[in-house]
Amino acid sequence: MIKKLVYILMLAVTIWSCSSDSDETLQNKKITINFIHEWDGTLVTKDDFNDIKFKNENGDSLSIEKYRYVLSDIKLVDPSGFETPLKDYLFIDLGEEQNLSYSLEELILDRTYTLRFTFGFTDEKNQDGVYLDLNTASFNVSPGLGGGYHYMQFDGKFKTETTTTPTGFNYHVIRAVDNTDPNNLVFQDTSFTVNLADIWLKNTTETINVKVNIAEWFKNPNTWKLDELHQMLMPNFDAQVLMNGNGKSVFSL
Amino acid sequence: MKNAWIYSFLIFILISCSSEEAVELGVDNGYTPVQIELEIPQLFKDKLLAPNIPTSNPQTQEGIQLGKKLFFDPILSSDKTISCATCHDPQKAFTDNLQFSKGVNDGIGTRNSMPLFNLAWNFDDRFTWDGKQLSIERQAFEPVTNHVEMNNDWKEVANRLKNHTDYPELFKKAFGDTPIDSNLVVKALAQFERTLISGNSKFDKFLRGETTLTSEEQNGFDVFMDESRGDCFHCHGSNNNPLWTDNKFHNNGLDATFTDLGLGAVTGDANDNGKFKTPSLRNLAFTAPFMHDGRFATIEEVINHYSEGLKNSSTIDPLMKKVNQGGVQLTDLDKADLKAFLLTLTDSDFTNNPAFQLP
Repeated sequence: MIKKLVYILMLAVTIWSCSSDSDETLQNKKITINFIHEWDGTLVTKDDFNDIKFKNENGDSLSIEKYRYVLSDIKLVDPSGFETPLKDYLFIDLGEEQNLSYSLEELILDRTYTLRFTFGFTDEKNQDGVYLDLNTASFNVSPGLGGGYHYMQFDGKFKTETTTTPTGFNYHVIRAVDNTDPNNLVFQDTSFTVNLADIWLKNTTETINVKVNIAEWFKNPNTWKLDELHQMLMPNFDAQVLMNGNGKSVFSL
Repeated sequence: MKNAWIYSFLIFILISCSSEEAVELGVDNGYTPVQIELEIPQLFKDKLLAPNIPTSNPQTQEGIQLGKKLFFDPILSSDKTISCATCHDPQKAFTDNLQFSKGVNDGIGTRNSMPLFNLAWNFDDRFTWDGKQLSIERQAFEPVTNHVEMNNDWKEVANRLKNHTDYPELFKKAFGDTPIDSNLVVKALAQFERTLISGNSKFDKFLRGETTLTSEEQNGFDVFMDESRGDCFHCHGSNNNPLWTDNKFHNNGLDATFTDLGLGAVTGDANDNGKFKTPSLRNLAFTAPFMHDGRFATIEEVINHYSEGLKNSSTIDPLMKKVNQGGVQLTDLDKADLKAFLLTLTDSDFTNNPAFQLP
């Protein structure tokens, strides 16, 4: 906190002394971050759940019955690299309409920022059982897979040319773990950082709309085939690595 | 002059206070109900959000005592033969061992009586198998007037209580001078029900480092937590969620077509048809038969259902695995060990707790 105050003070002195008409004013701003879910540009809300009406890159038809995930270490980063923490983590649940919008007030300068967050938890933050709301929501990962938390639970049903009966899928994202030897689990941190750049924050009330394109989980760079990968994905190390690759293009402005 | 203003203001405040507000202030009859905290197990404090106590019905010593007396008293039923405890027996983790409970005049319901414990951690506040009741207080309204349960009338209940030798004083201590009515009855019952906390099973002791599991129990827990085997934990909690339920509603593949729509009949949404509340897995040793309609008499039958007996339908939960094969296909050994683990969730201290027995 002291570090932040010193930083703000120095910035303010610098700005005031260098330019009489600078537009970098220090302001208390109400910032609202909206998470807007879509399927390749078409809005997705809970009203769209339970209907096999989405088609992924592979041509599989699917429904959404649950879509909830964690974003952590949410912050604003200014061009000098100074970070303003916004929230330790957010548990977003599209079906329950939980945390689809998050607001807070921060004393920051008028300038451009990058909104930065981690999808899931880094290994350092992915401590077993410490987040009470996530425990209560049964978002945990089993001890046999190293504990900690899911990054995402995405459940639904799908149909393909070969799977003609609607069949459940559980696209559950966790830290990748190789449990070939249960006594020697091998982990790979498959959380990832998202940077959404060039956000101008200059008014006392600002809104940041983050697009969450669910379709990206199935196509970029790995075309996902639900016939091959639809359940028991948590202990599947390779599947988790593929999910990590595809997730990086899910979030945009 | 200044004092006159102060006195006028105080008189105005006293006149404008409703009796209900006065109850909360505890000044109506000169007696203040003693507010008390729930006795929360340390494991719950460490792992779960704080319990949900409505501000409109705080826990008080007097309210809980009154609720307990009402819970065990057949005075609530039309012929004075049935109490809440008739279908919610403390020795059976507050359920009974019948498929469908029997009410007055031998009336039979259509749902299995749900066990009662850890209710204050149901944060969605949807109670009963189909989620129809949106608080414990509202749930408590239902059985008194239900024809196949107590088949009574709330005015009759209020009259009986007003003319009883003990109840008027007990209500006065708990709620002040507010006239005895259904609202106060359900408030008292709900206060008592929120005290029913089960958190001292063998597995709780294991998590506290006070005991060890047998190899069978440990393997059963691993089956429970393994997405490739039992995969029970997505709905039924874990070592980090000692409720052993997600308090949500799922279609767990009991039927291909539905005679009981469950949540769907409540919401009117066909996507909810066949969905029922996830029951806690605590105290299964006491709570047979199982499922919303009590169709399974034993834990073995339940495990066999998830292993080989799943029936597909449009609303079956995607978490149900290998539906086209009938289920997760557990080995006999894993089934036996899973049962061994489930029985470690038995909490005899809860069923024998003197505070929860017939007064």
